[in-house]
Amino acid sequence: MTYSGERILLSSQREGQVSRFRAWVFLAVPLLAILFQVYVPRFFPFLSFLEMPLLVVVYFAIMRRNQVSGLMIGALVGLAQDSLTNNPLGMFGIVKTLVGYFAASVGVRLDVEHGLIRLLLGFFFYLFHQFLYWVMSRALLGQQMTFDWQRTAVLAALNAVVGVALFHLLDKLREPA
Amino acid sequence: MESLLNRYRNITVLLLVIMAQLVLLAVSAKNDQDVRFIRIWTVTAVTPVARIIEGFRGGSTGFLQNYILLHDTRQENQRLRAELDRYKMENVFLRNELNTADRAKALQVFQAHTPSKTVAATIIATGAGSNSKVVFVDRGTASGVQRGMAVVTPDGIVGKVIAAYPTASQVLLITDADFAAGVIFEKSQVHGTLKGQGTPQCKVDYVAFEEKVEPGEWVYTSGDDRIFPRGFRVGIVKAVRPGQPFKEILVDPSGTQRGLDDVLILIEGVHQRIPDAPSGSQPIYIAPAPPGNDSAKPADAAPVASPGTEADRLRSQYQTLGEEQKHTYGENPPGTKPPDFTKLPNPGAAAPGQAPAPAPANRTTSPAPAPPNGGAAGQAPAPTKSAVPPAVTPPNPEVRKNPASPPGAPPVTTPVAPPKTPAKSTTSPATAPPNAGTAGQAPAPTKGAVPPAVTPPNPEVRKNPASPPGAPPVATPTAPAKTGPAVQPSRPAKNPPAPGAPPAKNPPDAARRLNQAAGVPPGGQPH
Repeated sequence: MTYSGERILLSSQREGQVSRFRAWVFLAVPLLAILFQVYVPRFFPFLSFLEMPLLVVVYFAIMRRNQVSGLMIGALVGLAQDSLTNNPLGMFGIVKTLVGYFAASVGVRLDVEHGLIRLLLGFFFYLFHQFLYWVMSRALLGQQMTFDWQRTAVLAALNAVVGVALFHLLDKLREPA
Repeated sequence: MESLLNRYRNITVLLLVIMAQLVLLAVSAKNDQDVRFIRIWTVTAVTPVARIIEGFRGGSTGFLQNYILLHDTRQENQRLRAELDRYKMENVFLRNELNTADRAKALQVFQAHTPSKTVAATIIATGAGSNSKVVFVDRGTASGVQRGMAVVTPDGIVGKVIAAYPTASQVLLITDADFAAGVIFEKSQVHGTLKGQGTPQCKVDYVAFEEKVEPGEWVYTSGDDRIFPRGFRVGIVKAVRPGQPFKEILVDPSGTQRGLDDVLILIEGVHQRIPDAPSGSQPIYIAPAPPGNDSAKPADAAPVASPGTEADRLRSQYQTLGEEQKHTYGENPPGTKPPDFTKLPNPGAAAPGQAPAPAPANRTTSPAPAPPNGGAAGQAPAPTKSAVPPAVTPPNPEVRKNPASPPGAPPVTTPVAPPKTPAKSTTSPATAPPNAGTAGQAPAPTKGAVPPAVTPPNPEVRKNPASPPGAPPVATPTAPAKTGPAVQPSRPAKNPPAPGAPPAKNPPDAARRLNQAAGVPPGGQPH
């Protein structure tokens, strides 16, 4: 597939090319993302707004263009993230499973190598992730959490910007076609 | 069915995964205990990497801080060194200030407590000579300072004024080779002459070889030199080496040990008591004197010190006795009956016209007739001791600790003592004027050693524990008494010594001179 700045929608699924990664990339990148989430804010608290595991799940989901792969990556990363929190296992797992599934579904339809598409996907899935997590916390755990739309929107925008740069770096890890 | 599953495979997997996680979540939330192995796996997978990253970060940070960011360490080190030097200087300055304040306070306390009249002075210069130990103080004749005055500190004597000018005075330090002073040892009460050597240590001369002087013993001024009042600290004996005829004793002066900044000049010196040294000797029982002995009766009037020296007093006593018995010394032909010295006034008693002294508190020292213990039996009789306050009297623990000796026991058969007894009275600041003990003696020259005649070592007297320190050699007139209980004077060389009596010794030159002046032959037999 050749990149076209003007086309963001694929005319058919066959136009979409599945990106391939080495096995260690599927292991190391999510691990580093989780490490970033738990380690970097210790020294740079202002970076705690970054949801690196979510961005990684979105990237792998949209690039693999496979819903099962996307949801499995989301489930594993979410469970790993749950394991490092004091919440019950499954909260991040379910949310990221859905994110991975929908991201893979969107990736089939969109030209995910377009920068704007990546920015929008990053913004949308961050909002979706945070909202779904808020819903599940209230519905399943009964926690009285507040949802600040404005703050969440700003953070979603920041994550989307960072996600575009991150996706560009992760593109380097793809196996050449 | 198979085609249906293939068609909805993705959503089916999604639902299964969601359901599994819902179950997991439900179990975790309900039982408050989740599937632990998931957390273990995650933590085990994450923490080693985190540890590696942390180590890398710590190392990087340390490298940055220790090697890259230390580019200004040199400047900081120099700044800190300069700061440290400044603080050191400030510390030295403050310590000096503190020392000055301490010394001033010590001087003030010492000045307030010492009976002598003093004037404080500050050393403002040192002598120009390279070998002389001379300093200048900022007090001169305008402040009442005169040549020959003693200079002391609370720690001990420092020197003496050798020249007094209107606004300053020149002080010869104790360490100068020309310095000399009469001293007395604390424990043995042995007299000697302190001499400077030009070194930090001084030596004490004229201490006979048989005297017992130990290192560590304090040395005090004896007052014999008529410059330093009795009782001022001089120093500590550092070394004692045997010698003939005198020991070689080195003394560490205590007055100059802490440096010299402020001193006190004794305008009017007052003799002080020398602290008693602890004695380790055991008490010895001495039986009470036998009754019926007239000579054992103590004198009614307690002896007091005469205004002159011991020699003067003894001479007056013997002259009085000779006048009473119409005996003229030196003008009687051979064979003439000598005066009856048994009628000599109470040995050590005051000469005619002298005021009586209070009765002694430790007259128990009069021993039984000629006990074998020469040190106790041959000692001065009680009246002698009565004139000496216990504080000044050298301790005779053997006698004082004798509980069997009743107070006031008469000094019966120890006529040997009379000549020695006056010596004790001279040591009493209560009964004698400040310089009474040395009155009549040849004053020590301002510059130069104290003549041996001033503080001659009289081993015979000093060896007697009961004899007071500084007893002048005038005790020799009573030498005949040592030959036996009889008071008849006789040449000691010809008379065999009484059993138990200490061996007679030749009196020193000063004693001979004093004897000749009193008309008593060296052996104690008047002509």
